[in-house]
Amino acid sequence: MRRILSIWFFAGVLFSIYGLMILTNGVWEVWHPPAHHTVLEDLHSSIWWGAILFVIGLGYLIGFFPKSKTP
Amino acid sequence: MINLLALSTLHATALPEQKLVDLTAVDVLIIAIYFAVVIFIGFYLKGAANTSEEFFMAGREMTAWIAGLSFVSANLGSLELMGWAAATYQYGILAMHWYWIGAIPAMLFLGIVMMPFYYISRTNSVPGYLHLRYGDGARALSAVSFAFMTILMSGINMYSMALVMKVVLGWDLNFSIWVSSITVALYVALGGLRSAIFNEVLQFLLIWAGAMLVPVLGLIEAHGWVNLRNQIAVNLGRNDYVHMWSTLGSFNTNPMGINWFGIVFGLGFVVAFGYWTTDFLVVQRVLAADNLRSARMAPIIGAAFKMAVPFIVILPGLLALSVLPYHLMPEAGALATGGHSYNEVLPLMMVRYLGPGLLGLGVTALIAGFMSGMAGNVSAFSTVWTYDIYGAFINKRATDSHYVKMGRACTLIGVLVSIGTAYLVQHAASIMDYVQQLFSFFIAPLFGTVILGMLWKRATKAGGFWGLLAGTVTSIGLFVAVRLHPDALRYVALSPDARPMAETLYRALWSWLACVAVTVFVSLLTLPKPVSELEGLVYGISPLPKESASHWHQRPIVWAAIVGIIFIGLNILFW
Repeated sequence: MRRILSIWFFAGVLFSIYGLMILTNGVWEVWHPPAHHTVLEDLHSSIWWGAILFVIGLGYLIGFFPKSKTP
Repeated sequence: MINLLALSTLHATALPEQKLVDLTAVDVLIIAIYFAVVIFIGFYLKGAANTSEEFFMAGREMTAWIAGLSFVSANLGSLELMGWAAATYQYGILAMHWYWIGAIPAMLFLGIVMMPFYYISRTNSVPGYLHLRYGDGARALSAVSFAFMTILMSGINMYSMALVMKVVLGWDLNFSIWVSSITVALYVALGGLRSAIFNEVLQFLLIWAGAMLVPVLGLIEAHGWVNLRNQIAVNLGRNDYVHMWSTLGSFNTNPMGINWFGIVFGLGFVVAFGYWTTDFLVVQRVLAADNLRSARMAPIIGAAFKMAVPFIVILPGLLALSVLPYHLMPEAGALATGGHSYNEVLPLMMVRYLGPGLLGLGVTALIAGFMSGMAGNVSAFSTVWTYDIYGAFINKRATDSHYVKMGRACTLIGVLVSIGTAYLVQHAASIMDYVQQLFSFFIAPLFGTVILGMLWKRATKAGGFWGLLAGTVTSIGLFVAVRLHPDALRYVALSPDARPMAETLYRALWSWLACVAVTVFVSLLTLPKPVSELEGLVYGISPLPKESASHWHQRPIVWAAIVGIIFIGLNILFW
């Protein structure tokens, strides 16, 4: 049976993508505020939460990146 | 334990047309990526689900962390999230008991005491253990009731989830039901339990990523926990919404209408132990562990995370009592006045704090919760059907590949039956209430049967069967008695002040007692199994195998003690 990728690798990929999307969107919103206003929006939670998700995701992605088998 | 009480009165026919919020393109993209990833995992793992051991038990290769997170995630359905947030808005912090005393002691007991017997018996399911210990009668009763109820519950969860998506996002009911069901069917049928477990771990992480900002931002808005408690007391004009134990002296001193005895013995002992130690939906995840130590550590790891779940479920309900500028109400009142119901509390709090992108992640968390719950139901159903009904009574001599095909087929059939149930409930909502109650009929007595089987070598085949039957009949009998004569509640719950939640817990307690009493009585009148046939099944008959832990910090008992101490500390903190 082939070697199966770690679940933590999948989690890393997904969190990196989500983090990057939310972070980018948060930065965009600084100059283009959304129509739907939220409470505490001045805290720009999209930026720091997106960054946290991205960093965690990247950590898992790198840490569990599939390594080529050594003979 | 899934709480459908708060959501059970939601009716599709009476839903208002307006929705809470519109999703942006980035929100939709986040949801779409999630669906793509879970389906990809199903296809990716298809090649690792060729034998029955791989398909139904994930090859028994899961580490303690993966099995432990999956163990909690299978229970953390979207209704668990939204239902208990709603219950918190109604009853205050008492809802936390269902996460702490209603889960932690039972999970630790599973890991420390019961897991060795489940694991070393190499059983594939809880009914399978009953077969080894008590024979075919108890197995058949347990397997049929479990398979039937699991699939019905899956349909009800699906329907309720679709309703919430309609209320919050305006999504069409049929769209929500079919898209999410087909996705779950695909990845479970392709990759079996391994795929379900992989996705459950991912879903657990997503639930935290999507829901955690609500309590964080809520606490900032409320200026901290102490201020939040004070504000709730001011808003409600009462102080019993923020105390876990000090208001449980009697039935009429707390919003839930229950007392400490019902919480400790009804919930903490019978209902919690019944659910967390014998419900195959969650136990199956632990049975997939790669060795005995992992199997024992998994529920302990699960308990640690379970203790933290109130942060994203209970706290938003409490925050809503403080920060929302309007009152939420029961479903009927909300429909009549155009207001919002308790059931919408978690989505409302998400909409309050989460902007574009984050809202998509929050909705993904709700969808992930639904899928993890449904995948748990469907994979457990397919295992019990294939091993304990089809393989045990219908076709005993089929090949291994035939059983795998049967497992894949019943995954799809299970999803279709769930969809049918969802539509049935849509047209006859009262069915939902009865099915939820039906599920509770079997859990408490099953715990009596299993625990006596594990701890008492004198328990016999006849004792196990008749005890299980007597407990179930007692539960049904008490339920019918209270429906026919509501005054009977004072006798079931031992107080004229008891409310419906107390009935559920006391009924479980009585049915467990009936099961134990009948099992003991019948066992003493019948011949026990020879001791040689009980090896690996009963405590004290044979020594347990040595575990691989070489250092003290690798021992499950050490971590169980740490989790236990934190559990006690938290209860004192929120006394």
